[in-house]
Amino acid sequence: MAPKHCGLCQDARAILKRPKTGQQICKDCFFYVFEEEVHNTITEAGLFRPGDRVAIGASGGKDSTVLAYVMKTLNERYNYGLELFLLSIDEGITGYRDDSLKTVKRNQVQYDMPLKILSYEELYGWTMDRIVSSIGKKNNCTFCGVFRRQALDRGACALKVDHIVTGHNADDIAETVLMNIMRGDIARLGRCTSICTQGEDTIRRSKPFKYAYEKEIVMYAYFKKLDYFSTECIYSPDAYRGHARSFLKDLEAARPSAIIDIIHSGEAFEVKEEIKAAQKTQRTCRRCGYMSSNELCKACTLLEGLERRLRETVISSLLDPPAARLADKMLVLISLIVTVLSRESKIICR
Amino acid sequence: MAATLNLKVEFGGGLELLFDNVRSHRIALPAHVPSSRVPDSGSRTPRPANITFLIHWLKDNLLKERAELFVENETVRPGILVLVNDTDWELEGEGDYELKSGDEIVFISTLHGG
Repeated sequence: MAPKHCGLCQDARAILKRPKTGQQICKDCFFYVFEEEVHNTITEAGLFRPGDRVAIGASGGKDSTVLAYVMKTLNERYNYGLELFLLSIDEGITGYRDDSLKTVKRNQVQYDMPLKILSYEELYGWTMDRIVSSIGKKNNCTFCGVFRRQALDRGACALKVDHIVTGHNADDIAETVLMNIMRGDIARLGRCTSICTQGEDTIRRSKPFKYAYEKEIVMYAYFKKLDYFSTECIYSPDAYRGHARSFLKDLEAARPSAIIDIIHSGEAFEVKEEIKAAQKTQRTCRRCGYMSSNELCKACTLLEGLERRLRETVISSLLDPPAARLADKMLVLISLIVTVLSRESKIICR
Repeated sequence: MAATLNLKVEFGGGLELLFDNVRSHRIALPAHVPSSRVPDSGSRTPRPANITFLIHWLKDNLLKERAELFVENETVRPGILVLVNDTDWELEGEGDYELKSGDEIVFISTLHGG
């Protein structure tokens, strides 16, 4: 096949077919339009004010690595006047997160941004490794997801930032729209396409890559030779999201605009006022003070479940016939004490 | 000995884990699709190796585990990006691109968390 010329500059050789538009473009035009589209997303939604302190939720993966790079580029090019930080959460997954955090530490140097790492261990007294050894692999993604969201807020608070940006891309959002429809989760369907969300007194959170296709993010990282980490979480798979994801990828293969179309559908849904009124109002968690729609927030409900399970293990092992070794009993007892103590040192941001 | 094409094949985005955790491979690919792979088309002229054949060859010769994460319906699994000499394969005819010696083919998975 003869080389094709760029549809924008009409000069250089095209290297990419844009999934969103079908346009064939060259490398330089691709960098330019990708960055400009993110800039447009940011300015149209009025995401930032000069002087804002903004934390980039950084996992070391492709999306957040590209986000950190692009945020730095745009902040300099358009004088946003932002103070940028990297914020990483250490879930305590040996062989996965410890490796990806090394990538984030390199990014800290490459992008010259201060980095804050906050662990589940210090926040909740539990690492994911310990949670999985207690509850098994099923449903562990629920724990991780709920804990991460709160952890980011608490980390942002420690950094005294006004805003958290995350690397959620168009594919992620389209997936979430599909999942909320399939689960009948009307409340989440209503808000999952918002570019910026804010709880009552929590920090603002936004998704500058809301309209950026995953394909373009990966191509951007490839052509810019950005340093990112890519290994599937050892405890994965969030089976439900996995199905939504393969379905979406099949749709995209048949019609690339499907992703943006689904986001558009999600945005066009409007929840009737009387339905909204029937939904639970926000309050604060009795145990930790985080925003919550119940007496206990989601994270504390999960933690109480873990602690109950641990107490039961301790009791049953203490009542065990003397055949059980004393050393084992001591171990269980110590882990209970450690958990209770570390809860006390939890960072509370109020 | 039958003619071969010398290719450089690279895996990224986590796909290398299926290939012995090695990112970059130099391979000698048969220059023509073996007749056993071609359904009886009535023609006896050998078909030149294209990317679709490369994908099958990689699956049979280089892949170490979980083939279903690489191949689906005779092509790469949706979500895997392919570049031919640093150009999106969608601009090069995708699986029908006819390979030549010295070509560099890159496969990148987008399916890993970000």
